[in-house]
Parts: sequence; C-alpha cells; structure tokens
Amino acid sequence: MRNPQLNGDGELQHLLTLEGLPAPVIDRILDTALPFVSIAERDVKKVPLLRGKTVFNLFFENSTRTRTTFEIAAKRLSADVINLNIGVSSTSKGETLLDTIDNLVAMNADMFVVRHAQSGAAHLIAQHLSATERPHIHVINAGDGRHAHPTQGLLDLFTIRHYKKEFHGLTVAIVGDLLHSRVARSLIHGLTTLGTTEVRVIGPQTLLPAAVESMGVRVFHDMRAGLGGADVVVMLRLQSERMKGALLPSAGEYFKHYGLTVEKLALAKPDAIVMHPGPMNRGVEIDSAVADGAHSVILPQVTFGIAVRMAVMSMLAAN
Amino acid sequence: MNIEIRNGRLIDPRHGVDSKTALFVSAGRIAAVGGAPAGWRANRIIDAAGCVVCPGLIDLAARLREPGFEYMATLESEMDAAIAGGVTSLACPPDTDPALDEPGLVEMLKHRARSLNQAHVYPVGALTVGLKGENLTEMGELTEAGCVAFSHADAPLADTQVLRRALQYAATFDYRVWLRPQDAYLARGGVAHDGEVATRLGLASIPASAEIIALDTILALATETGARVHIARLSTHEGVARVRAAKRAGLKLTCDVAVHHVHLCDIDIGWFDAQCHLVPPLRGVRDRDALRAGLADGTIDAICSDHAPVDDDSKQLPFAEAEPGAIGLELLLPLTLKWAHEARIALPAALARITTEPARVLGIDAGHLGPGAAADICIVALDEAWTVTRETLKSQGKNTPFLGLELAGRVRHTLVDGQVVYESAARREGA
Amino acid sequence: MTSAPTPELAGNGLPDAEATIAALAEKMAIAIAYDAKLVGIYSGGAWLAERLAEILPGEHPVGFIDVSFYRDDYSKKGLRAKVATTTLPFEVGNSRIVLVDDVLYTGRSVRAAINELFDYGRPESIELAVLIDRGGRELPIEATYVGARVAVARDSSVVLQRHLDRRFELSAEPLESAPGA
Repeated sequence: MRNPQLNGDGELQHLLTLEGLPAPVIDRILDTALPFVSIAERDVKKVPLLRGKTVFNLFFENSTRTRTTFEIAAKRLSADVINLNIGVSSTSKGETLLDTIDNLVAMNADMFVVRHAQSGAAHLIAQHLSATERPHIHVINAGDGRHAHPTQGLLDLFTIRHYKKEFHGLTVAIVGDLLHSRVARSLIHGLTTLGTTEVRVIGPQTLLPAAVESMGVRVFHDMRAGLGGADVVVMLRLQSERMKGALLPSAGEYFKHYGLTVEKLALAKPDAIVMHPGPMNRGVEIDSAVADGAHSVILPQVTFGIAVRMAVMSMLAAN
Repeated sequence: MNIEIRNGRLIDPRHGVDSKTALFVSAGRIAAVGGAPAGWRANRIIDAAGCVVCPGLIDLAARLREPGFEYMATLESEMDAAIAGGVTSLACPPDTDPALDEPGLVEMLKHRARSLNQAHVYPVGALTVGLKGENLTEMGELTEAGCVAFSHADAPLADTQVLRRALQYAATFDYRVWLRPQDAYLARGGVAHDGEVATRLGLASIPASAEIIALDTILALATETGARVHIARLSTHEGVARVRAAKRAGLKLTCDVAVHHVHLCDIDIGWFDAQCHLVPPLRGVRDRDALRAGLADGTIDAICSDHAPVDDDSKQLPFAEAEPGAIGLELLLPLTLKWAHEARIALPAALARITTEPARVLGIDAGHLGPGAAADICIVALDEAWTVTRETLKSQGKNTPFLGLELAGRVRHTLVDGQVVYESAARREGA
Repeated sequence: MTSAPTPELAGNGLPDAEATIAALAEKMAIAIAYDAKLVGIYSGGAWLAERLAEILPGEHPVGFIDVSFYRDDYSKKGLRAKVATTTLPFEVGNSRIVLVDDVLYTGRSVRAAINELFDYGRPESIELAVLIDRGGRELPIEATYVGARVAVARDSSVVLQRHLDRRFELSAEPLESAPGA
C-alpha cells in the first residue's frame, strides 16, 4: 500500500504520521527547520514563503497550546491563518467531518492543520481530498487520538539531534503513559527510522499497549533499570483522568514508581537530556528540580517546535 | 410451472450428490433428480452448462435494517441483494429499532418479506427486552410469531445471572439461543483486535480474552442448563480450540463464522480503512488460520455473511466513529468459493457450510435438493469473474472491504419455491 | 561605475577567477565606505565575501544570507534541499552594506536578498558587488562593482567553485532549468 502522505514523486503531500516516512525525508525536514530557528531572533519575524496561502487550524479537540504553535509558524511564513475550534457542536448538527472539510475547501483553503480526538481523522481527510482530486490541498496532522502527532515527533527528533548530533549510538528512554500517547508513537517511529541504537519504553503494564515491542522498542517496567545509561529521557504527560480508576491507583503512587527525580536521573548518562512534550504535571511525572534543572531541554523544545512546523508547512506548500 | 435444469454439475452436500445431473422442479418442489418424472413436460428449460447447481444459500446473519434504519437499507434493496447472491433463506438478527422483542414486530417483518416473494426470512428474536440485558422477552409468543431462535445480536449482555436464566428458560421449551461471545467489559470502547495493528494505529482494542471469557461462560452455562446454544461469529484461535474441545466432550453446540473473518485480519485495516471496522474485530493472521482450520474440520459449522449495510455518511468517519459492519449477501458465495479454492476444500464440503449446515443450525428443512424439498436453488458460474464495485452491488449498502476486488463465482439463476426470482443480466442477454 | 580592463579569457570563455577577484577588489578598495559590511549570498557570494574581507583594506565584518525563503520561484520550485542559515553578526539597521554575489544574471537573487536584509533592519545604504555580470537582467538592478562582464549563452550557467586550497575557479555548466540566478 502506498504511503498516503507521499505523492507519486515520493514528495511529502501531507504530514500524517512518521511511520513509513523514509529517513531522507525526515532528515530533510530537520535540515530545513534549522534556518527557521533564527527567524525568531530578527526584527521582522516573518518570511514571505506562504504569502497569499490560507491555513485552516481545524481543532476538533481543544488545545490552545498546539494551536498557538501552528498559528505562529504559519504567520511567520506570512500565511493567512483561520482558527476553527470545532467542538462536538457541528457534528451534532448533522454536519459530518468531511462536510466541514468540503465547506472549507470551497473557501479556498490551501492547508489544513487538524487536531481530532479520533485516531485516523487526518488520514480520513487526506484520503477524501485525494478521492475528490484536490491534491493541491495539504493536511498536517496536529494529533489524532492516540495515533500520531508527527510534528511533535519531529521537534523531539530535532531537539535530540541538536544536543546529541547523531542517533546512532543513542539510548532513548520514553517513560509513562505509552498506551494513550500519540507523542510516543510518533517519536518511536522517527527514532527507529533514523537508526537510534536503543529505544526503551518504561511504564506499568496498564499503560503499555499490546505487543508494543513490535514497534522496535525494549520494554522496562522498572524505571531505574530502564534509565540506566540513557542519553535521552522523554517523560510523557499523564492525563488527569488516568491518575485514578483501574489504570493506576493514584498520582502519588505513579510518581513513586515512574516520576523522574534527580536521584533517578542520576542513573542515566551524566550528559543526558530530559524532554517533555508539555504541559507538565510537576510532581506527577516529573519533579520540579528536574524540569527546571540543567539536564532539561523542555523550553528549547518549544522554540524548535515552531521552526519544525515552519519547515513542514513550507515543504508541503511547495509540493 | 415445470422447470428443468439440465447440463449442470449438481451438488447436494446433504445427499452426497456431485455429478452432472438434470434437476426437475414442479409446483415449487424438487420433482426428481436425474431422470425425468413420468409424463414430464417442461415449461422452461434452464441450460446450466458450465455451472454448479446447488441448494440456495442459507445465511445465518443478514441485517435488513427494518424497522428503524431505513436510511441504511430497506427490505426491498436487501432482498434483491440476497437473491442476486444466491441466498434463498436468511436469518435476521434482532438488532433493529425497535429490537425484535415483540410478536407484532416479527409478524410485520414476516409479512413484509412474504409480500416481496423472494428469499425466506427467518427472524431471530431478542433474548431480552430492547436488548438491554435485563428482562426476558416473551419467547413463546415470539416463537409463535415466527422467531426461529433468540439472540442478543451485538448488544452487550454483561449480567451473567440474566444470561443463565435466559438459557434455563430457553432450555425449558427447547428454544435455540444464539450468542456472540464477547465480554461486555473487556470489549467496552474497543474497535480493533488487541495486537500490533491496534497498537500502531492507536485504536482502542478488544483483547482475545474478551471472547475467551465469554465463551467459557457460555459453555459452562450451556452445559449446566442443557440449552441448545449456537456460537455466533467466532473470531479467535483460542475460541476455535474451546469450541472444538466442547464438541469433543459431547456438548450439543453449533458455531458460525463471518465470511470476512475467513479472509481478512487486522493488518487489512491498513491506514484506518473503516470498511474493516467489524464486530467482532478482525483478529490476527493466526486467528484467521485457526478459523479456516475450524471450518475444515467441522468445529465451525457454518459461514454467514454477517450482512450489515451502512450508509456512506455513517461509514465515512474516523475508524472508531464509523458504524461497524460490512455487507456480505452478494459476497457469501464467491468468498466461500475463494476459501475452498485457497484451502483446497472439496466443493461439496465448502458449499455445505452455506447450505446444509446453516439449515441444521436453523432447524429448517432446507438447504438440500432431495425429491420433495422446496425448490430453493442456486445456479452459479464458478469461473465467471466479476469485480465488486458500487455499481455491481445490489445492496443499498456499498460498505465492504472487498470493493475493487475481482472474485470468481457469479450467480446465474436463483430459484425460490420453484420460481426463478433472479437471473443475471448477462444470462438474459444471451438467452 | 568604474571601467577596468577585462581580464583575459580562459579556454572556457570565462576569465580567470583569481584575476577577476583582484580586479573587483581593486575597484572596491577605493570606493566602499570604511565601515562597510559585506554580506555574501550563499554559496558563491559567501565565499567571495570572505575573500574580499581578507584582501580589502580596513575591517569589514562579513555576514551571509540564504535567500531561499525570499525567492519568487518558491511556488514553482519549492525549497532547495539544503537551506543555509542566514547569519548577520552585526546590526543591519543604519549600516552601510555591500551585498556580494558571484554572478549577476536576472537580478532575482539580489531582489530577494535586499528584501531579506530589510527584515533585519533599515540599512543606511546597500551596494552590490559581483564577480561576473553576464547580462540578461529581468529586474532593474545593476551592480555597483563588477569584476568582469562576460557574454554567456542563455542555456548555460556560470558557476564559481572554491577548491580545497581556497583557490577559486569559474566554469560554465549547462543550465538545469529556467534562469533564476
């Protein structure tokens, strides 16, 4: 089956997932992001690449934070940005997801940035645009259910490359709620594609999906063992609704087993970096001393995130 | 009306017939096989050269969507699909709206179906009122109205006390109970098999244990109550093993599988193909292989279409939100033939899974071509290839994972009670 | 604009690079502001700016500019595979800038570079120094300082190469696509 996000020439048509994206394409996105980083430091924080293009931020699930980073990225590329927060309201009025898309296409959209609570929503939109022969419109998946969050994965890769230069030889440990995490899925695909030596996932059985090792990761339940010798530690956010009930007894017990403290971080390599996709739950998955400590690269991640999204948008718009 | 079907390869699994033999139909019944009855004069001769002549198919699960879901399909559209697929008898599950839990609804359905004068319709009554899993339906009244069995369709039946009492009550009067084994709690919210594919795609999953636990519960209660239980839509290799063991241990049990699960597994979901959003979920390759082995050795008695027409608006949604199910009435025969071909199963044995065996599950005198039997007949050109497209399908629902696939085996004629109710367009032009 | 003798042509119809650089530097030395900042356009112009800073009298800070984000053919050609980072290690506002490029052809790169410079600040002045002016302008842009003027066939492009020993060489290559330099 042809990867639905590449066009006939193997160029990026949509960005839906990092799974199946060839390493040269990922490298090219990361390379392209580099010159975008410095644009934030100029007088005029804007380049004219997407002048006259209209980007629709379609958020079926609320996320001010992610929406803002995409909005900044699009605006720094001089695109016109329209934000649409579509709750359940329009679907309950009988308009389907694809009706919404068709309506916005009629308003001459050039690009959709889609956030949706259901896995596969961005694929559905991309397939619909392809089936209705509108290949000039691009879709960026800004998070679909538990499935993928490819721009977050890319910014994580960019951050790791920035600090560690190469993926070969690295041990990356991803800690926490893998089951519900689209961030983790995207990062794992990216890391394995780029030849990371060892990718570890650390968490209790209740938060690890079935057969997760089939994604090319090594499973640890004991955080101390899993952090041993790690170059990169990625902490995942624990949603508040998972903190009690049958997945976990309590936030406190979770922190005891899987919270990142200075003492546990000491088991990783001395120059290990600590990442977090945000927003953080201090004292649940990560101790403030670590979040604000010397190993933390959590704030640079945010800066890089805008550059990576600019790179993706400018590459898509040209194809 | 006397119809003579000649030059075809007659396959009647129940009577062990597989030979090039003529079939004589008179007054809606099989008059004779082989030699013409005395004084025979045919009103019509059907040349079945190059075709297989077999009993009309019997489908254990075909949703006609009436009442309540007429936007998905109607009796008219789906009965057309049935005869185009060679299906002459079908059982319809009670998951209509309202559910088939009152005699009036069953009578109405039977009446509507009879007036169309096509395939025979056998309603399966709801086991509990509104399929809510709380109160038993009036099974006696429903049986009088025409229900052949009782089931809970795909609705959860979490309360094992209710299940036990339903089986006890059904056993008292020897009613048949069809159950799809799935633990309500383990399946809650799940849309795909708990394995690599669901993990990769981030789909909420249903573990195999959901089927195993429910199956163990059903088997224990069936043993205890002596109820006549039919296991519907088996999906896991562990499930096959349990049914096999239970049958060996002497439990009176029958079992079916949906034709999709004979061919597909979770990998076929690809990039979120909602056509593969089915209940039970498509499982792993190992499970599919076990289902095939179960069919081959008789652990699984019947293949059904599990026909579920869905309108485009309800299907063109993100995978989990899409209405589950696929159509199958027109695909049951070619997909069964495909399985037989791939698994090297003799044609009579394969056809038994969609004729003789489901008739036995239903407890009806059908699915065979013995003299005196109702002349429900399917004439199929085995080698005629056709492509599954929105246009070639008669069902109002166009939802099938097999869209675009070329299949061998096209129904030429379908006879119900000795009447030709369906003739393929190609045949008519040539005639 | 000064008119210097054109350096002798090599076998490929192009002048010797090193001699042309010397000729260009000679013209610039007597004319550019004492505090002029050199901004080389990637990649040939960047090397050239580095070299000029070495041989021109006085202190001339060097910056580099990659005009990929400002090109007018982005919607047709997309982004180049390797976009370099624009680096201007000085205040652009109120500076006297000399843009440096290897070859001046259509004028579109210079247009893009000027646009980009203005996103960093408002320079006091911008001049343009080019090694080769091959004519064929599509925009009203002229160089302040020119190493050599050369007539080149429309279907070939002039490429400045820098060897490992930092020696420069000019060569002509068949044009891959429509003129855009």
